[in-house]
Amino acid sequence: MSTLFLALAITAAQILLAFAMGCAAFRILRGPRAQDRVLGMDALYLAGMLLLLTYGIQTGRTLFFEGALVIGLLGFAGTVALAKFLMRGEVIE
Amino acid sequence: MIQAPDLPLWAAIAVGFLVLLGASITLIGALGLLRLRNFYERIHPPTLGSTLGTGCILIASMICFSTLHSRPMVHEVLIAIFVTLTTPITLMLLARAALYRDRSEGSAGVPQDLESVSASDIQQFAPDQP
Repeated sequence: MSTLFLALAITAAQILLAFAMGCAAFRILRGPRAQDRVLGMDALYLAGMLLLLTYGIQTGRTLFFEGALVIGLLGFAGTVALAKFLMRGEVIE
Repeated sequence: MIQAPDLPLWAAIAVGFLVLLGASITLIGALGLLRLRNFYERIHPPTLGSTLGTGCILIASMICFSTLHSRPMVHEVLIAIFVTLTTPITLMLLARAALYRDRSEGSAGVPQDLESVSASDIQQFAPDQP
């Protein structure tokens, strides 16, 4: 009984996070300017990280945690590099 | 793909509620990203997911793995610290870049510089003052 409730809750959460990723992807595709696209990419990385964490809860493996950590790191590095590029026109001066 | 770990009832209720809450908050943030009109309004809603949404899902993950392995497992704190540290940095950099771009193009609807606003107000209300 409790397992069924937990399974339904986790699946519903994954669907909601997939919708959040869809909203962010729409902002990437549609964003009127470049900074909107970078903002959408940041939100997409975040929702993807949370989706991977829910997969980790669902399967009970800690493997997904490391993937989520790597996605968080890469999202930070990518967003900072793109913001720097928008500011200066170069990433490393 | 409906499956779940075999948790006791209290842990199942806590984990399910927290996961659902975190995902809903993240979705609300993403909908705000979709709906708001201005970039300077749109930069705020994703932080909803990166603070409260991430916090709820990480606490749920901690409860789940601590109950499964029957010892405290708090490695999720790493993600919490990392996201909390990096979100303000990235969004402030992005907002500064957008401000710089909008001001150099002279487009409308850009937030004004506080110092220039106060200086022009002083000249407007007291024109004889130097």
